[in-house]
Amino acid sequence: MTSPYRVCPDTGFKVDLAGEKLIKWNAVTAVVFLAIGGLLGLLVALTRWPEIHLLNADDFYMVLTAHGFVILLVWLIFFEMALLYFASSILLNVRLALPKLAWLGYWLMLVGCLITVVVVLQGNSNVMFTSYVPMMADPGFYLGIIIFAVGALCGCAVFFATLVVAKQEKTYEGSIPLVTFGAMTAAIIAVFTIASGAVILIPTLLWSLGFIAYIDPLMYKVIWWAMGHSSQQINVAAHIAVWYAIAAILFNAKPLSEKVSRFAFLMYILFLQLASAHHLLVEPALSSEWKIVNTSYLLYLAVMASMIHGLTVPGAIEAAQRKLGYTNGMFEWIRKAPWSNPVFSGMFISLVLFGVLGGITGVIMGQEQINIIVHNTLYVPGHFHGTVAAGTTLAFMAITYWLVPVLFRRELILPGWAKWQPYLFGLGVAGLSLAMMGAGTLGVSRRHWDITFADAAIKFDHPALAHLMMGINGVFGVIATIGGIMFVVVIVGSLLWGENRDEVSAAAPAPEAAPTPAPSAMSGHGSAGTMEVPGTFTFALIFLAVFVLYFFVNWKFLASTWGLS
Amino acid sequence: MSIYPPEDRIWWSKPVEKTEMLWVTIAFIWGLIMFFMMPYWHLTGNQNLSNEAYKITADSFAEKTEAFAKKYQVRVEGENDIPVVKPPAGSDIYMLGRLWDWWPILELEKGKSYRLHLSSLDYQHGFSLQPENINLQVHPGYDLVTTITPNSSGEFGVICNEFCGSGHHTMVGKIYVKDGK
Repeated sequence: MTSPYRVCPDTGFKVDLAGEKLIKWNAVTAVVFLAIGGLLGLLVALTRWPEIHLLNADDFYMVLTAHGFVILLVWLIFFEMALLYFASSILLNVRLALPKLAWLGYWLMLVGCLITVVVVLQGNSNVMFTSYVPMMADPGFYLGIIIFAVGALCGCAVFFATLVVAKQEKTYEGSIPLVTFGAMTAAIIAVFTIASGAVILIPTLLWSLGFIAYIDPLMYKVIWWAMGHSSQQINVAAHIAVWYAIAAILFNAKPLSEKVSRFAFLMYILFLQLASAHHLLVEPALSSEWKIVNTSYLLYLAVMASMIHGLTVPGAIEAAQRKLGYTNGMFEWIRKAPWSNPVFSGMFISLVLFGVLGGITGVIMGQEQINIIVHNTLYVPGHFHGTVAAGTTLAFMAITYWLVPVLFRRELILPGWAKWQPYLFGLGVAGLSLAMMGAGTLGVSRRHWDITFADAAIKFDHPALAHLMMGINGVFGVIATIGGIMFVVVIVGSLLWGENRDEVSAAAPAPEAAPTPAPSAMSGHGSAGTMEVPGTFTFALIFLAVFVLYFFVNWKFLASTWGLS
Repeated sequence: MSIYPPEDRIWWSKPVEKTEMLWVTIAFIWGLIMFFMMPYWHLTGNQNLSNEAYKITADSFAEKTEAFAKKYQVRVEGENDIPVVKPPAGSDIYMLGRLWDWWPILELEKGKSYRLHLSSLDYQHGFSLQPENINLQVHPGYDLVTTITPNSSGEFGVICNEFCGSGHHTMVGKIYVKDGK
C-alpha cells in the first residue's frame, strides 16, 4: 500500500503527507501552549518578586496550578507526539500507521487539556499540579487529565504501529536509527507513566464525585509520582534523542558507540521510573531501605546512563569535527562549531544546562538524607527548571528551528532573532534556576505567596538575601519570557508568513538554520568509536569534579544541622 | 549517523573506544559511591529519619497534643494565646499542623533530645524549620516520629512548605531553643 508522500529535497527522506500534517499540528499546538504556560510562569515569577508581588494570593495559587499543568504536561507531551511521529514515520521512510487514531489522540489531548485548564481558571481547583489528596479539585480537573492521557496513549500506539509497519514493509535495513530508539524509550516510559496515572487518577476522580469515601494520602503520592516523575523521564529520553538527532543533522556525527548509547537508553527504561521515590524521602511510613534503593534508581544506573549520553553526544560532535579537520588543540572543534545557528546553540546550551543545573542538583537532592534540607523548598523548582525549561524546552526549540525550514518548507522570518533567542532563553532559565536554588538553600518555600508572612499570627521572616534571590528570580524570569516570546514569534510567524522554500528559486542559498547533511559523507569510514575525543573527555572530567565537590558540600551542610534520628 | 540505521549491521560486536569505556567505568563507580553514602550516613551520621510512624486518627492526635500542651504549658503568647510548652528532655513532644497553624509553640533545651510527633488534622502540610532548613512531610492519618536534638539556640520559625489552600502562607509556628544551664 502506498500513501501520498513527497521526497524532502534537503534530507532525501520520504515524507508521508498524513504524518507530516500530524507532526505540524502537534508541534504548533505545543508551541501555543508553551506561549500560554510561559506567560503564566511570568505571572508567578512577578508575584514572587517581593517588590512587585503582582497577583493576590488566590489568583497566584490558581495561576501556579495552571502553569505547572500547561508546561509540564501539555506543552511537552504535544511536542513529544510530534517527535514520535517524526522519529518513526520520517526517519524510517514509512507511512504513519493509523493516522485516524493519531487524529483521535490529538483531539482527545486537546479537549482534555482544555477541560482541565478551564476548570482551573474557574478558581475552584487551586490544588497545584500535584493535587495531593485530601485536598480536592472539581471532578473536571481529574477528568481532563485522564482524557488528555488517553489521547497521548493513542499517540504512543500509533508510534509503535508505525515501527511494526516499517519492519514489515522493510523500509529500512538493519536496526532502527538511534534517534528512533531513543524515541521508543520515551514511548515505553510514556505507557508506564499513563498506566500509573490511570491507576491513581481514576479513583481520585471517583472520590471527587463522591463514589469513593477515602484515598490514603501516602498511597496517592507513591502512585501519583509514578506518573508525575516518569512523565519528566519521557522528556529526558525525548530530548536526548533530539540531541543525537541534531548532532547527526548538523555534523554528520555518529555516536561514539551504538552499543553504549543504546545500552544507556535501555537503562532508562529499566530504572528511571523508580524516581517516584524522589518525592517521598521525608514521608512517614516508608522505610529507608525502600527510599535508598528507589531514589538511587538502583545503584544510580540511570544516572550512569545520563552521564554516558552527556559524554557521547558532544563526543560524537568532536569526532565529526576532527574528521573535518578541526584538529588544533583540545577545543578547536567546539570553538569552530556553528554558534550562530540556533539549532546548534540551542542544543548545546540545553546539554550543558541540563547536565550541570538539572542533573547534578537532581541527583544530590535525591539523596535520602540530603533531601531533609531541600524537600519542598524553592530548590526543587530550581532543579526542575534546569531540567525541563533549560534542558527539554531548549532542546525542543532547537529542533524546531530545523523542522520549520526543512520539513515544513518555510524560511525562518527574523533570522537575527532566531540567532540570539537560545542564548537569551538559556540565560533567563539558568539565572532563574540558580536564583531559586539559592533561595531554597536559604529556606524559602516553593508554592508560597508571601515570604514576609505578613498575615500570619506568629511572625517570621527570611533573611534579606532570600528576598534578593526572589528579585533576581524575577529579573531572569522576565529575560526567559522575552526569549520565549522571541521563539514563539519566529516559529509561528515563519509558519504563517515565511517564504515557501519550494517556491524560492533553486539558486537561493540554503538558510543557515537548515544545513544540508551530505549523505555521501557518511560512507568511507567506520565507526566514530575509533576516534579520540580529548576535548569532550576534559569537559566530562570538569563536570565530574563539580559534581563530586557539590555532592560533599551538601553533606557538609547537612552535617551541621540539628541531630535527627 | 543517529538519524539513519547504523551502518554496521552487527553494531553490537564493535569494540568500545577506550575513553568512552573509561567514562562508563568512572560513572558506574561514582554511582556506587553516591549509593553507599546513604547507608554509610545511617551508620555514622547524625541526621537520619527514624522510619518510625504510626497510623493515627486526627481526633486521637489532637487529643494527645492537647494533653501534652496542658501538662507542660509554661505561658501563652500572642493575641491568640498560643500555649508555649516546655517538655522535659527525652520526652515525647507533639506538634500538629492544621489550616492554618502549627500548634503549640515548643520550648526546648539545646543539646537535649526529644521524640517529636508530627501529624496533620486535615490536608498535607510541610514542617519546615527555619533557618535550619529541616523539612519533613506531614500527612493526615500518620504520626511521624523523629528524635530531634537541637544543636543551636534561639528562636526558630516553623513554616508550612506544602501547599495547603488559600491561607497556606499564613501558617507559621515557632520553636524556642534555650541554652542549657
